[in-house]
Amino acid sequence: MIEIKNISKKFSDRQVLYDFNATFEEGMCNLIIGQSGSGKTVLMKCLVGLLEPTTGGVYYAGTDFTKASEKERKRIRQEIGMVFQGGALFDSMTCEENVAFPLRMFTNWNKAKIADRVKFCLDRVNLSHAYQLYPAELSGGMRKRVAIARAIALNPKYLFFDEPNSGLDPQTGIVIDRLIKEITQEFKTTTIINTHDMNSVVEIGDKVIFIYKGHKHWEGDGTNIVNSNNKELIEFVFATGLLKRVQNTF
Amino acid sequence: MRYLYNFGQYCLLIARSFAKSPKPAIVRELIVREIDKLGIGSLFIVCVISFFMGAVIAIQMAAQIETPLIPMYTVGFGTRETIILEFSPTVIALILAGKVGSNVTSEIGTMRVTEQIDALEIMGVNSANYLILPKIIASVLIIPVLTIISIVLGIFGGYVACTTTGLLDATTYVYGITLDFKTFHLVYALIKSFVFAFIITSISAYRGYYVNGGSQEVGKASTQAVVNSSISILLWNFILTRLLLL
Ligand SMILES: Nc1ncnc2c1ncn2[C@@H]1O[C@H](COP(=O)(O)OP(=O)(O)O)[C@@H](O)[C@H]1O
Ligand SMILES: [Mg+2]
Repeated sequence: MIEIKNISKKFSDRQVLYDFNATFEEGMCNLIIGQSGSGKTVLMKCLVGLLEPTTGGVYYAGTDFTKASEKERKRIRQEIGMVFQGGALFDSMTCEENVAFPLRMFTNWNKAKIADRVKFCLDRVNLSHAYQLYPAELSGGMRKRVAIARAIALNPKYLFFDEPNSGLDPQTGIVIDRLIKEITQEFKTTTIINTHDMNSVVEIGDKVIFIYKGHKHWEGDGTNIVNSNNKELIEFVFATGLLKRVQNTF
Repeated sequence: MRYLYNFGQYCLLIARSFAKSPKPAIVRELIVREIDKLGIGSLFIVCVISFFMGAVIAIQMAAQIETPLIPMYTVGFGTRETIILEFSPTVIALILAGKVGSNVTSEIGTMRVTEQIDALEIMGVNSANYLILPKIIASVLIIPVLTIISIVLGIFGGYVACTTTGLLDATTYVYGITLDFKTFHLVYALIKSFVFAFIITSISAYRGYYVNGGSQEVGKASTQAVVNSSISILLWNFILTRLLLL
């Protein structure tokens, strides 16, 4: 479980997050939705410690990550897996080496054991045929899947996804969403996903937090979101022409 | 103010890169790869430039000597001293600042803008240590070697130029290059190339590590890196020469 208490973030004179509180449960897909520029990425980077929040704290199973010592942070980070918006695969390594990297860095396993684990992870994301390919040779969807395989290599307790569907067609997006949901339930991870994709909300949103201009504006689950009477949320949900038409027929 | 801030940030980054890695075997592997990429990759250009510059230096020396009061073996002597003292350590370092420097900046900068550095940090890897230290170690090992190769080829270039053009006979040139040889001058050249290697890699790595934005900024940072390291090389060349030779 991850709790955030009164997080705010200011860049010199620009405030991006205001007094944010939330709780993310284990075994659930927690979605953070909002327009581009609303502060989703900044919030996620504060959560994992790539940015320091200006005020407030992030608690991993009760431990305050923002105030933790360097050593304690390192321990918590090894329980975190993160998939970045562009995948952030290491270009100089093949898929296999990318997934093996955290294992080589943080375990004392021998080659055979690492190879076993790499095979398990790549099979889990249905990429048993791409071992020797470099990131530049992969499609967007494959790249995301390798990134997921790398993120789960060390059996993390916490998984973070920044816009896992961005740049993918809707069908591939749904495949990735389902994969995220399966992994979350299978490994009982606390999963946090940034997205602006309404398909994901309906498909996997166990808990949904709507962020509007840096404020937490609404919280609920994927099914009651369409019945909300929050004006900004409704504008965000029914932003596309297709959905507007659907909304009008009801 | 801005310079002071940059310099402080640079020092902190380089200090952070000098950490003990939890996996020395991985670091060794990276050092070997960087030696291959930065060193062996620059071997060809260093050889070509050194050979031809040596040849030109020797011809110009010979052309300057018009009075019979100056013995012709001065050509060999002068070529050797110019190459050891200045050409091989400094000019080669300036050329490598362009080649190695932009390579290091664009590689690290691309990793920054595609969030690969963030990915390392998330895993709990000290990204400065993992990315920068192997490059610094590799270059301070290999650039002095390139300098020695450059010295040998430069002096050889002078020999070929003198003998093929008939400006000077082989024995006189060889007598000149062995005359009054000071080992300390070689040490001085190696100290310089060692310092310059550190300057090139650390400044370029710093420029890449703090790129902000996209591929265009990576390009700008590469240019910045080449300019900054060239100026630093010239400055340190002056300081070291003052300290070591006077
Ligand atoms: N390092 C930074 N310095 C200053 N402003 C930033 C920085 N990172 C993000 N911002 C600003 O914070 C706002 C939120 O950005 P972000 O979290 O990336 O939005 P998104 O919801 O699309 O992920 C944006 O307006 C952006 O300009
Ligand atoms: Mg974002």
